[in-house]
Amino acid sequence: MSFAYAPGTPFEKKALFDINEAVPSGSYTAVIGHTGSGKSTLLLHLNGLLKPTEGTVRVGDTLITSETKGKALRTVRRNVGIVFQFPEHQLFEETVLKDIMFGPLNFGIPEEEAKALALELIELLGLPADVADKSPFELSGGQMRRVAIAGVLAFKPSVLILDEPTAGLDPQGRREIMELFERFHREEGLTTILVTHSMEDAARYADHVIVMHEGHAVLAGPPEDVLTDGTRLEQYRLELPRTVRFQRDIERLIGGPLAERALTEEKLAALIAQRAGEQGDGR
Amino acid sequence: MMEKMIFGRYLPGDSFTHRLDPRSKLLFIFLFIFAVFLANNTVTYAILLGFTLFVIIISRIRFSFLLGGLKPILFLVVFTLLMHLFLTREGPVLFHWKFITIYEEGLRQGIYISLRFFILVLMTTVLTLTTSPISITDGVETLLNPLKRLKLPVHELAMMMSIALRFIPTLMDETDKILKAQLARGSDISSGSVQQRVKAVIPLLVPLFVSAFKRAEDLAVAMEVKGYRGGEGRTRFRKLNWQAGDTAVMIIFGVLCAVLLYLRA
Repeated sequence: MSFAYAPGTPFEKKALFDINEAVPSGSYTAVIGHTGSGKSTLLLHLNGLLKPTEGTVRVGDTLITSETKGKALRTVRRNVGIVFQFPEHQLFEETVLKDIMFGPLNFGIPEEEAKALALELIELLGLPADVADKSPFELSGGQMRRVAIAGVLAFKPSVLILDEPTAGLDPQGRREIMELFERFHREEGLTTILVTHSMEDAARYADHVIVMHEGHAVLAGPPEDVLTDGTRLEQYRLELPRTVRFQRDIERLIGGPLAERALTEEKLAALIAQRAGEQGDGR
Repeated sequence: MMEKMIFGRYLPGDSFTHRLDPRSKLLFIFLFIFAVFLANNTVTYAILLGFTLFVIIISRIRFSFLLGGLKPILFLVVFTLLMHLFLTREGPVLFHWKFITIYEEGLRQGIYISLRFFILVLMTTVLTLTTSPISITDGVETLLNPLKRLKLPVHELAMMMSIALRFIPTLMDETDKILKAQLARGSDISSGSVQQRVKAVIPLLVPLFVSAFKRAEDLAVAMEVKGYRGGEGRTRFRKLNWQAGDTAVMIIFGVLCAVLLYLRA
């Protein structure tokens, strides 16, 4: 699949070249890459907001080509929810409740059901209960972000696409929101696609990783392989996740590899403790 | 969606037209608008059209690109033509079929008026395609300078204009982003009754206004912080430079007018 902006004009700009990747159903896939690598352009193809200039995109049973329109796109959009960068910019309704219900009502979910779900989401996302009848523009930035996220989760998409969902949040808010998505992913059996700069988030949450570089998908595979391949990552102007770097340092210090590759801090800590225990026994 | 629309857009380049002083270009366009109304017969319209094509060629703009980008406006041109064709009832009848009657005068007027309109659109598009928004505002400001005597806030007007021009692409991008976000939430602007469509614009307009106001506020603060105090005593980074080519443009324009005046019916 390839894509060019404004084809056939002097402004033509090729953005994606021969992307040929599959996102396994039910997986938590991270798409990582440097700024301008085509990550965001790629994700817009996944629900027909952009159509490929050449080739096809298959979402579930629906094929999207440059010709696809109307009903097929609606089906795709019904099933694929996108949380855009700075999603709070899409809020517009008089009340938070109405804004969250906007998506579900558009996709034909009955009003009663949409309302119940919206109220449930407000609670789930850790928003104060009285927020439902407030104007979204009275809220703080972090709360607005949560309302916007609720607006996407509200129509229960089976594929959830997150484009840098935590950009501009403080570290705690970042953590909370990422944990929340993780929980949704697990409990609702979603296919989640996370577009991110953060190698740490990719290492922590993803079970499948795609690396984008200058419009090409250059690496793909399980995080244990992709995210520990320092030489190749560097070639694409990416860094190793912190945990992997720390593990390298430790291994150099103790002069031998640990039992496994750790991608999360908890795992790494456990491995180090185990190693320390073995050495303790040996003495 | 908007990416094909070229009206009001700037296409960087290095042609003769690109290098002209914005003042001469603006002056030329301003006067040209009046000159177009001098034409009133086949010869003069042919000269105008030929001149316009000549300008496009020396600006090194591809015709296909220009016409492709002006499609929405071409529609208006054709519409003008048809209106005149069917509604003017003068001169001998050319064609008659059931309730449709086309008169000679209607055909002529239709062609002239739509041609006039088309030439004006082409010329102004060439102006914006070859002149960056910043030099357009610079040009406007210098050209309007004499009006300062009449207490007209020329610098402020030019400032407002440049800010407005500067933010058109930004707002376009913003619109595009919000549109995508709402489409992803199942909003549908391209189908349904007129009423439904108007309603579907609200989710687009509200966030757009919110962000525009926020941007305006941010910009005001940034200008304040940098000590902006208006035009008084401000020097310029870009100096306008009137060259031989600019004088030539003015002379060519004079010649064009003289020819039109001589040949018009």
